[in-house]
Amino acid sequence: MSQQLFTNLAIFILSLLVGFEVMSKIPATLQTPMMSGANAIHGVVVVGAFVIAAEANNVALYILAFLCAFFAAVNVAGGYTLTDRMLHMFDRPKASKNDDGGDK
Amino acid sequence: MMSTLQTAASLVYLISAICYVLGVHLMRSPKSARNGNLLSGAGMLLAVIMVTIELIVQGKITAMGWLVLIAGLVLGVLYGVIKARRVEMTAVPQLVSLFNAVGGGAAAAIGIFDYFHMPTGSSLSLVFSIPVLLDIVIGGTTFSGSLIAMGKLAGKISGKPISFPGARICNFIVIIAMVVGAVLIIGFPVTPWYLGLVLLASLIFGLLMTLPIGGADMPVVVSLLNAFTGLAVAFAGFVINNQVLIIAGALVGAAGTILTLQMAEAMHRSVANIIVGGFGAGATGK
Repeated sequence: MSQQLFTNLAIFILSLLVGFEVMSKIPATLQTPMMSGANAIHGVVVVGAFVIAAEANNVALYILAFLCAFFAAVNVAGGYTLTDRMLHMFDRPKASKNDDGGDK
Repeated sequence: MMSTLQTAASLVYLISAICYVLGVHLMRSPKSARNGNLLSGAGMLLAVIMVTIELIVQGKITAMGWLVLIAGLVLGVLYGVIKARRVEMTAVPQLVSLFNAVGGGAAAAIGIFDYFHMPTGSSLSLVFSIPVLLDIVIGGTTFSGSLIAMGKLAGKISGKPISFPGARICNFIVIIAMVVGAVLIIGFPVTPWYLGLVLLASLIFGLLMTLPIGGADMPVVVSLLNAFTGLAVAFAGFVINNQVLIIAGALVGAAGTILTLQMAEAMHRSVANIIVGGFGAGATGK
């Protein structure tokens, strides 16, 4: 196994564990915003769109790079805007009585 | 110069990864949720600025490359922001599903790109072909699956479980096609058709997975597909050797899975029951 693959695999597995750990029981009202927020985070794929656009050198690859950039931009820009809009609704009414601790 | 740039980039990506983790952490409580989302958004902005600097300094990208990149980004940002601003609050789940579909599509596009980028006839290493396969299979499945989920939530596709005679045989054929395509990709020199077979099978698999599930269960399915997209993005990170994709993708994959379980629990359903119920005999206990 190459050094690079091993490093990436270690990062992958440790990040999975962080993901499992950071997500404790969350109040039901926050489930949809959290889903949308997590959705926005995988919009990081937009970084990949930059990387492949730099490699493109024929028509098919340019089309793929364009599609990737478009899709990823919709994901990331829409995702954060929508999540913020949803969470904005928690600002105005007094925050619900759900405890904010979260960590058990 | 090159190595200074790489060091700087790695550090900036690390900081943005920390922003995502802290962002998710803050989003668990109503009081801090908005700041959590903003922090994660700041991390995203940082990553995008860094990769832009990388492209400029490396100077490898062609003018056409800039053109397609910027055109795609501008159109995508406009479309995404307008959709997100205008959507009725009751229609939020289907929009999340749409954003999830395009995320999966973008991840799959990276895998397809890298496969086509290889000279035809050259053979692939396992280290390269397996992440490419996982990226395309998971990305393709969530792309079509999320679009169906969106249609069902929006009422454009009947919310009833859609099943047809021979559905199980179709599932079987699709899975066989996927496995055959995967073996061809791993074991044989690069040929575009192999990839086409796997991609097509993945897209059909997404349809077959989502169609038999009832509309009421859709939010759970969207959350599950969201976790899948996270994994597809992580594998795209393996393909292009970019750690911020791996970290953020795996984070969403894991956190999304836990969230899915909690959402199913809130509905007094089990995830296995929802997914396999649709797939299996058809007579789901409802």
